[in-house]
Amino acid sequence: MPEQLAFAMEVFLNGLMSGVLYALVALGFVLIYKASGIFNFAQGVMALFAAMTLVGVQNGQVPFAHLINAIFGTHVHTFGWNVPSVFALIFTVGVMILLAWAVQRFVFRHLVGQEPIILFMATIGLAYFLEGFADLMWNSEIKKLDFCLTANTCLPQGINIAIDEFTFNAFGYGFFIDNLDITATIVAIILVIALVAFSQYTKQGRAMRAVADDHQAALSVGISLNFIWVLVWSLAGFVALVAGIMWGAKSGVQFSLSLIALKALPVLMLGGFTSIPGAIVGGLIIGVGEKLFEFWVGPLVGGATENWFAYVLALVFLVFRPQGLFGEKIIERV
Amino acid sequence: MSNDSYVTDDGRTIGPTVMEMKNITLRFGGVKAITDISFDIREGEIRAIIGPNGAGKSSMLNVISGFYVPQEGEVWYKGAKRPPMKPYQVAEQGIARTFQNIALFEGMTVLDNVMTGRLRQMKANMFEQAIWKGKAEREEVENREVVEKIIDFLEIQAIRKTPVGRLPYGLKKRVELARALAAEPSILLLDEPMAGMNVEEKEDMSRFILDMNDEFGTTIALIEHDMGVVMDLSDRVVVMDYGKKIGDGTPDEVRNNQDVIDAYLGVAHD
Repeated sequence: MPEQLAFAMEVFLNGLMSGVLYALVALGFVLIYKASGIFNFAQGVMALFAAMTLVGVQNGQVPFAHLINAIFGTHVHTFGWNVPSVFALIFTVGVMILLAWAVQRFVFRHLVGQEPIILFMATIGLAYFLEGFADLMWNSEIKKLDFCLTANTCLPQGINIAIDEFTFNAFGYGFFIDNLDITATIVAIILVIALVAFSQYTKQGRAMRAVADDHQAALSVGISLNFIWVLVWSLAGFVALVAGIMWGAKSGVQFSLSLIALKALPVLMLGGFTSIPGAIVGGLIIGVGEKLFEFWVGPLVGGATENWFAYVLALVFLVFRPQGLFGEKIIERV
Repeated sequence: MSNDSYVTDDGRTIGPTVMEMKNITLRFGGVKAITDISFDIREGEIRAIIGPNGAGKSSMLNVISGFYVPQEGEVWYKGAKRPPMKPYQVAEQGIARTFQNIALFEGMTVLDNVMTGRLRQMKANMFEQAIWKGKAEREEVENREVVEKIIDFLEIQAIRKTPVGRLPYGLKKRVELARALAAEPSILLLDEPMAGMNVEEKEDMSRFILDMNDEFGTTIALIEHDMGVVMDLSDRVVVMDYGKKIGDGTPDEVRNNQDVIDAYLGVAHD
C-alpha cells in the first residue's frame, strides 16, 4: 500500500474521531429542539459550564472564590482536598439537573407560546449569562482535565492499560491513534444507544416524543409539559457534560470551548435538526470531510480550510436538501 | 345530584352522578362564552351536549377537561369540589378526551399513540424505567396487552405500525378514540366525534360509541351538532345556544322543547 494512501487513511480515522466530538455537541441541540422547538444557542456554554464544574469540584476549588475574597477580604481559593472523579461526576450531574430546572422555571416557563425567534434570543441571553456565571464561579484560568481518559488517574497504582496515544501497524504503515479519541467514540456510541432506547421503550421517553409532537394532545393524556421540559434540559445537560469532558480532555477546559457550539451548526444542517442518528452521521461527515479536504485540497489553496469547510458544506446542503439527511421533510398541506 | 341507580330500556345500568357542573360562567375578555350553566353527568350514561355553531359546546368541554378555567361556578367530580387544575392533572384524575381537530402524535405509530394513553397506569419510577427491569418491564407488557385489546376492539389492527401522519381523516379519529379509551377513563369526552365524516364512517363511529359504553361501561360525554345522530345515541341531552342552557333531558323531552326547536329552526333572537 502506498505511503500516501495509508496516510490518507490515517487522516480519515482521525476525522471520524473528531467527528464524534462534533456529534456529541450536536446531540444536545437535537434533544432540546425536538422536545420544545427551542434552538438552544447555550448548548456549547453548557458543555463549558459542565466541564468547569467537574474540574472545579475535582480540584476542590471554592466556588465564587473571587467574589468571596473581594467582599470579605479573605484569601480562600481551594478547600485543600481532591474529590474522586466518580463523586465529582455525580455531583456535576446534579448541578446540571439543577440548572435545567432553573432554566425552565425562571426563563422558559414565562415564554410559553412565544415565537421561536424569541425563544432563540432567550437562549443567547442564557449563553452569555452562563458564561459569566461560570467565570465568576470557577474563574477563567485554563484548566487541565484528567478524567480516566488521558492518564491512569482513576486506576490503582501499578496497572497501566491507558496510554495517551499509540500506533498500530497495518499495511506496512504505523497508524497513529489518540487514545482519547477511541474513548470518545466508545462513549458516544453507548450514549446514543442509551438515548435511543430510552426514548423508544420507556414511559418517559414516550412522553418526551409525545410532547415533541403535539403539546395539546400530550396534556390531554396526562403529561406534564414542565416535567418533560426539565427532563429534556437535564438530558441535554448530561450530554453537554460528556461533550465537555471529551473536549476538555483534548484541549484543556477554557472559554473557547463554548465556541464548539458553532461547529455543531453545520452538523445539524447536514443531519437535520430533529434526528438523533442524523446528528451522529452529520458529525462524522463534517469531521472526516474537513480533515480530508485539508489533506488533499488544503495545500493547493494555502491551508486553513478546516475553518470554513464545514460551513460551505452546510450551505450546499441548505440549497439542495434543506431538511438535512435525516430531518423530517417539510410538507405543507393546502 | 342523585345517588340512586336505574336500568334503561335496553338493560344498561345508569349509576349515580359522577360529575356535576354548578353555575359555570366563562368569559373571554368581554365576551361571555358560557353563562350560568349547570348540569350533571351520571355514571355509565351517554350524555350529549348539543347546540348550533358557536353555542359554547367546545368551551364547556374545555372547562371539564381543564383547558379553560371558568370565572364563576364549581366543578364537582366524584363527590368533591375540584380545585382549579392543569389539563394534565385532570387527565390523571381519569378524564380522557378527543379533539374536534384531532390532536395526535403524527410522527409516532398508531401503537405508540395508543400506548401514550396508558401513561397514567404506568407507575414505575424513572430509575426503573431507565434500566428497564422489574416493574417497568412488567408494566410495559401488561399495558401492551390492554392496548392490543383496544386496537382489536376499534378494528385498527391493520395499521398498528403505521405512523399516524399517513392515515386518512376517518382512521385518525378512530386512533384518537383508541388513545382516549386506553386510559380507562371515568369520563370520556368526545369533541364532535363525527365531524367531517361520511355516512358510513358516522355509522361506524356511532357503533363504537355504543359498544364502548355497553361493553366497558364507559361514561361518555359528547358534543355534536348533528342532531339526528345524537338523539339515537344518548341517554340525556343538554342543549346550548348562545352560551346558555335552553334544554336538558331525554332525547324525547328535548325534541319537544319549544326553545330547542326555535334555536335549531331559527327564530329571531331579541
